[in-house]
Amino acid sequence: MHGSPPNYLTARTTIRSWLFSTDHKRIALLYFASITFFFLIGGLAAVLIRLELVTPAADLVLPDTYNRLFTMHGVIMVWFFLVPSIPTTLGNFVLPLMLAARDLAFPRLNLASWYFYIAGGALTVLALLLGGVDTGWTFYEPYASAFSNGYVTLAVLGIFLSGFSSILTGLNFIVTTHKLRAPGMTWYRLPLFVWSLYSTSVILVLATPVLAMTLLMLVAERVLGIGIFDPALGGDPLLWQHMFWFYSHPAVYIMVLPAIGIVSELVPAFARKQIFGYKFVAWASVAIAAIGFLVWGHHMFVAGQSLYASLVFSFLSYLVAVPSAIKVFNWVATLHKGWIRFDAPMLYAFGFIGLFTIGGLTGLFLAALAIDVHVTDTYFVVAHFHYIMVGGSVSAFFGGLHYWWPKITGRLYPEGWARAAAILMFFGFNLTFFPQFVLGWLGMPRRYDAYPPEFQIWHVLSSAGASTLAVAYAMPLFYFFWSLVWGARAPANPWGATGLEWLTGSPPPARNFERTPIVVRGPYDYVEGQPRPQAENV
Amino acid sequence: MRGFPVWPVEAGHYAGEMDALFIGLVIVTVLTAGFVCFLLIFFAARYRAGHDADRSHTIEKTWRWEVGWTTASLLIFVGLAVWGADLYLRLYRPPKNAVQIFVVGKQWMWKAQHPGGQREINELHVPAGRAIRLVMASQDTIHSFYVPALRVKQDVVPGRYESMWFQADRPGRYHLFCAEYCGTDHARMGGWLTVMAPRAFAGWLRDRGGQQSLAAQGEQLFHAFGCSGCHGPGGTVRAPDLNGVYGGPVALQDGRVVSADERYVRDSILMPKSEVAAGYDPVMPSFAGQVGEDDLAKLVAYVQSLGRKGAG
Ligand code: HEC
Ligand SMILES: [Cu+2]
Ligand SMILES: [Cu+2]
Repeated sequence: MHGSPPNYLTARTTIRSWLFSTDHKRIALLYFASITFFFLIGGLAAVLIRLELVTPAADLVLPDTYNRLFTMHGVIMVWFFLVPSIPTTLGNFVLPLMLAARDLAFPRLNLASWYFYIAGGALTVLALLLGGVDTGWTFYEPYASAFSNGYVTLAVLGIFLSGFSSILTGLNFIVTTHKLRAPGMTWYRLPLFVWSLYSTSVILVLATPVLAMTLLMLVAERVLGIGIFDPALGGDPLLWQHMFWFYSHPAVYIMVLPAIGIVSELVPAFARKQIFGYKFVAWASVAIAAIGFLVWGHHMFVAGQSLYASLVFSFLSYLVAVPSAIKVFNWVATLHKGWIRFDAPMLYAFGFIGLFTIGGLTGLFLAALAIDVHVTDTYFVVAHFHYIMVGGSVSAFFGGLHYWWPKITGRLYPEGWARAAAILMFFGFNLTFFPQFVLGWLGMPRRYDAYPPEFQIWHVLSSAGASTLAVAYAMPLFYFFWSLVWGARAPANPWGATGLEWLTGSPPPARNFERTPIVVRGPYDYVEGQPRPQAENV
Repeated sequence: MRGFPVWPVEAGHYAGEMDALFIGLVIVTVLTAGFVCFLLIFFAARYRAGHDADRSHTIEKTWRWEVGWTTASLLIFVGLAVWGADLYLRLYRPPKNAVQIFVVGKQWMWKAQHPGGQREINELHVPAGRAIRLVMASQDTIHSFYVPALRVKQDVVPGRYESMWFQADRPGRYHLFCAEYCGTDHARMGGWLTVMAPRAFAGWLRDRGGQQSLAAQGEQLFHAFGCSGCHGPGGTVRAPDLNGVYGGPVALQDGRVVSADERYVRDSILMPKSEVAAGYDPVMPSFAGQVGEDDLAKLVAYVQSLGRKGAG
């Protein structure tokens, strides 16, 4: 590959050529850089929170500072890291390659969505710099409009803007999947990552506008005094919760469905075997996206909603767990009689399956009405959603990043270091968040900067885990940069995988494929552990 | 640091049943997660690349397995849902003879008013073995009344009454927290629930006593706010006699029939136009902004006492 024709990285090199690029691969890299930045800010807040909680007294930061820290952690991590993370980076990069399209359907819209994201992020960071927001990422009413003294409006407008990035990305992915598939690429030949990105996009397009309206209503009340949620102005505080969770529960699936998709790629690629129950895994994504819209009330079991509503929401929450269970069983069954390799991406996939299973099962506790009464708004909830969103989504993100790193950069990362980081991340994660289940069951409420001394030991363990986790997260930052310079050059298909993206160069040329592949079979076709690529004419 | 607590203290009520459900869920979790982990490790070891294992006859009829595990998960999940729902419904149905205590949450304290007029802040004393019903209101933003030892929690949303009930069986002092984030001192908005043996509690009430009962204080306010001018005997305006109203059904102007609980009385005072009693003109003025939560509790207690008198 030495002295080979220019690829998308080397084709043009000016700063302008990056900032105004409409190439999905370059935009993916723009997103990579920006979400890494936000991950660091959100992570810094987490570090300070965990430091404060080492002792029962509130002795490191002032209570108001603490409240701003957990708000900043939540807002940044949810809207500026987790929601965009996989779709806009790996999804952006890989989706057109998996379909053998030259780009997304609307390349300029793709670039515009990055600018929306950056503008939204800038406003929110400005709110933080000016003095922060103390509402929690949920902006509960009437606190957010009548009692908070932070820069709520600014932060909310930032989130509002970034929502356009979500909507445009979702739209782009949906149209691309419908219209730009290579010849022969039928729906049931699509890689499962595409199915899950498609399901995610549907949620992005349908749910994000509801969030946008809800946020604007908050601004209208806070700035113009129009009574919507504040009972002092004739509003209804529960209306906020209904509208907020109507977006924010599906948002959980925005954050986890792409991760599920990545794992569905990694497991067959490293077990070198056809995935078990392809259609079930594919439709399970769609089912999760659909049922996910009907369970928001499980956040309000003690908030004063009607008992009958609670019964229905509890039942539907159990229902949405079924497709998740189906996925786990199918991944495990895929390993049966495979030719399994344990490269770093697969270690992340294993970690994902374990942590996602625990996260999902503890969701059953919260969906059980009576138990929820005790553990809602405690650390049990905090632990539960971190298992799904950090143990799950972030692990899968790292898994996917290692998997496609050679494709994206044309370099191999150092395998030993990567495996060490994956294992450290798994242990650090469990040490951080498992104690929080115990804390929640003991009754430790969330969003407390001070707590009764009997809880301390679990907080100390959790903080110790958090430092381990911080080291584990820092490691890839170093060896990935190292590999850019000193890493071995990557072949087109380093893993012996079957998808179309492995048929083009590493890194791909600017136009993705020199010749359009003609798809002749489904994804994940292995005979005796030997891959049979989806197309043979390239 | 004080040891490794793993089980929250228990003060009775449904705590025991709740713990049983929790243990049930833990068993399901450990079995499922254990099974998944076992298979992961077993397959990973047995079918690792380069290791010789029998790989012939891979499973063909995958849908049988799919249907199998889908049905199994569904059945287990429905069972858990029903178990949790049954307990929840009982948790929200207070017995008739419960002692009623008014609780007001505000940034950042809990205030309680006992039927005998005793008041406390960030403390709640209750007798063991008696059902206690809390009628709760918030003066500002949302708070949540949470006693882990009883495994109960209820958000208190401003603008309306929320109620919850419990029965503590074991005397002792238990944490009382605010579980819904409410601003600067959210973490310090709490105190203690003190459960006392009935005789000790009677003594505590006596020591605290000397005031008038809540209903008697309410009666004074009923005159002070001018309610009696309309509702009392010989009132100038035609207004309903409040004797016997509480607890019964009330026919409204718009044809609906509602039950006169504390929510109804509260709304009648603050938003009289929203539910007008049938046969009367909507002339009652709103007292929103004039009557604070504490006084409202007294007025409600008074109307409640009239209801019992009238009914009895
Ligand atoms: C100007 C006269 C007037 C005053 C003062 C007044 N009310 Fe009323 N009230 C009425 C009328 C007339 C109704 C029936 C129409 C309605 O439901 O609004 C009523 C209805 C009620 C009801 C509902 C009774 C039922 O049968 O359904 C309650 C409870 C009540 N008032 C309590 C109070 C209290 C407590 C105060 C003092 C804080 C008060 N009222 C002051 C005129 C008055
Ligand atoms: Cu949810
Ligand atoms: Cu609070």
